[in-house]
Amino acid sequence: MDKLKSETTALPGLPALPNAWFDRKGLVQIGLLALLFLAPLAAHLLGHIYYVNLASRITLIAMAAVGLNLAIGYGGMVSFGHAAYFGLGGYIAGISAYHAFDFSPVMSWPMAIPGSDSMLVIWLATILLCGLLALAIGAISLRTTGVYFIMITLAFAQMMYYFANSWPTYGGEDGLPIYIRNSLPLVDTGQPWTFFLIAFSGLLLAMAITSRMMKSRFGAALTMARLNDTRLATAGVSPYPIRLVAFVISAMITGLAGALYADLNGFISPTMLSWHMSGELMVIVILGGVGRLYGPLAGAILFVMMETLLGGMTEYWKLFLGLVLLLVVLFAKHGVMGWLAGRERHV
Amino acid sequence: MSDVVLTLNHLQKHFGALQATRDVSLELKRGEIHALIGPNGAGKSTLIGQIAGNLKPDAGSVHLAGQEITALSVAQRARLGLGRSFQVSSLAEPLSVLRNVMIAVQALQGHSFRFWKPVHRDESLLAPAREALERMQLSHRADTPVSELSHGERRQVEVACALALKPRALLLDEPMAGLGPEGTAHLTDLLETLKQEVPILLIEHDMDAVFRLADRISVLVAGSVIARGDSAEIRHNPDVREAYLGD
Ligand SMILES: Nc1ncnc2c1ncn2[C@@H]1O[C@H](COP(=O)(O)OP(=O)(O)OP(=O)(O)O)[C@@H](O)[C@H]1O
Ligand SMILES: [Mg+2]
Repeated sequence: MDKLKSETTALPGLPALPNAWFDRKGLVQIGLLALLFLAPLAAHLLGHIYYVNLASRITLIAMAAVGLNLAIGYGGMVSFGHAAYFGLGGYIAGISAYHAFDFSPVMSWPMAIPGSDSMLVIWLATILLCGLLALAIGAISLRTTGVYFIMITLAFAQMMYYFANSWPTYGGEDGLPIYIRNSLPLVDTGQPWTFFLIAFSGLLLAMAITSRMMKSRFGAALTMARLNDTRLATAGVSPYPIRLVAFVISAMITGLAGALYADLNGFISPTMLSWHMSGELMVIVILGGVGRLYGPLAGAILFVMMETLLGGMTEYWKLFLGLVLLLVVLFAKHGVMGWLAGRERHV
Repeated sequence: MSDVVLTLNHLQKHFGALQATRDVSLELKRGEIHALIGPNGAGKSTLIGQIAGNLKPDAGSVHLAGQEITALSVAQRARLGLGRSFQVSSLAEPLSVLRNVMIAVQALQGHSFRFWKPVHRDESLLAPAREALERMQLSHRADTPVSELSHGERRQVEVACALALKPRALLLDEPMAGLGPEGTAHLTDLLETLKQEVPILLIEHDMDAVFRLADRISVLVAGSVIARGDSAEIRHNPDVREAYLGD
C-alpha cells in the first residue's frame, strides 16, 4: 500500500506530505538556491562582474518562468504568448526611463503622466498594465482550450510584437536603450551585486507567492480546474474565473521579471516580445519540471548555462538544446526536478 | 410552500437523428425517492445531464425550488443546491478522496478566492468533508488517491461530494453499480434515511433496491416515459414487463 502510494503521479498544486528540509527534495531545492546565491557572491568578491550579471540573467529568466509555470503547470493553461507580458514589463521600464531622461511626458492626454526612473513606480505600472492586458487576453483566450488556446495566446503576443516593431517613437525594431539603470531608494541599483540581490528577492517572492497560493482555497480550486473542471463545476465553482485570475497573476509575475530584465540589459527591443521568447520560457518550464515549484529555477540554470557555454562554442547550440529537451521529454517526464528530487506525492 | 422541489417540463433532446429525450416531464417532491429506470440507452443519463446543466435541452424547462434554471451553468445550478453523481465517475484521480470532497465543502462556503490560508489545516473544510465520508463509510479511504479506488468506491466518493454540498435535490446515476452485496445494503439503508433530508432522483439497475426504496418510479424507454407509479404498479404494469423487465 505504501509502495503504491509513492508511485502516485507528480502533482503540482497541493501540499506534499510534510517535507523536512533535509530530505532529498529539500536538499535539491536548498542546493539550487545556494548555487544561485553563492556562485555570484564568489564572483562578486573576486570582481568578476560578468558572472554576477549572468546570475542575474538566470534569476530573472527563472522568475519569468515561475509566472508561466503558474499558468501551464498549476493551471493547465498552455500559454504560448507570455513574451507579451515579459516584453510589456520591459517596455514599461524602458519607456518610463526614456521619458524621465529627457523630462518629456509619457502621455499628456487624457491626463499628464510623466516618466519615472523609480523602479517602484515602474513595478507598480507593470503589475497594473500586465494585469489588464492579461485580463483582456485571458478573457478571450480562456473561452478556448487545447491547441486553440495555444494559438490564440501566440496570436495576441505576435500582435504586440508587430506593434512594437512598427512604433518609431520607441525605436521600432531597433529597440530603445536605458542609459541609466532605474533606481530604488537607499541602494545603488547600478552595482551588479546589488542588482542581483534585487532580482533574487523578486524570484524568491514569486516562488513564495506561488507556493503559498497553491496551498490555499484558490489553489485547490485551480488544481481542480486543471485536473477535472467538470468536478469543480459540479461542486459549484465556475472554472473560468478561477483560471482567469490565475492567468492574470501569472502574467504579472512574468511582467515584473521583464521590467527587471530590461534594467539588467540596459536595453529593450521587440525581441523580448517575440515568439522565441515565449518558446524559451516554455522550454525552461518543461526542462525544469512542469508544475514543480523549483522547476523554473532548475530549467533556467540549465538553459542559460547551455546557451552560454555551448553558445560560445557553436552557433548550433539550439540543436543541443533540442536534444536535451527530447531526452527530458522521453526519459525524465517530470523534468530536471522530477529527476533530481523525485516525484511529488500528495494527500 | 410547495412540496415540489424539482420540475422537468416537456424536455426534448436530440443527438443528431437520435431522439434521446422525448417530451419528458417529471416532478421530484420533498421527502421522496423518485426512481428512473429503463433499459440501456433509454436516455436516463442524458436526462440527468440536462437537469444538472452538462447538456442543454433542445426544448422544455427545468425548475428548482420554483426557480427556472434551464439557462444556468453547471456551477450555478450546483450553488442553488443541485447535487449529482456521475455514472462514469468524474473525480480528480491523482488527488486524495478527502481533497475531492473538500472542494465541494469549499464551494458550499462560497470562498474560492482566498489566497492565503492553507486548506490542509483548515478545519472548516476538513471537518464537513470527513463527515460526508463517514456517512458513506469511506473514512478509511480519506487519504487514498482516487486512482487507487475501485469503481464502486469512486461512485461512493461522488455521492459523498454531492452530500457535502448540502443539496436541495440529489441526482444519483447508478450509485450501486460496482458495489458488493454489503455495500449495496449499506447504501440502500443510507438512501432510505437520506430522503427525509433531501429528495433523490435515483437511476438504478438493481431492481431489488429500486422496489424497496422508490416512492415513485418512472420508466423511460427510448427517451419517453412509458409508465409511472409506485413499486406495485410498475411491477405489474404489462407494458413495463414487456419493454423492460423482460417477461
Ligand atoms: N453526447 C452524446 N452524443 C451522441 N449520442 C449520445 C450522447 N450521449 C448519449 N447518447 C446516446 O443517447 C442515448 C441515451 O444515452 P444515455 O446515456 O442517456 O442512456 P442511459 O439510459 O443512461 O443508458 P445506460 O443504462 O446504459 O446508462 C444512447 O443511445 C446514447 O448512445
Ligand atoms: Mg446512463
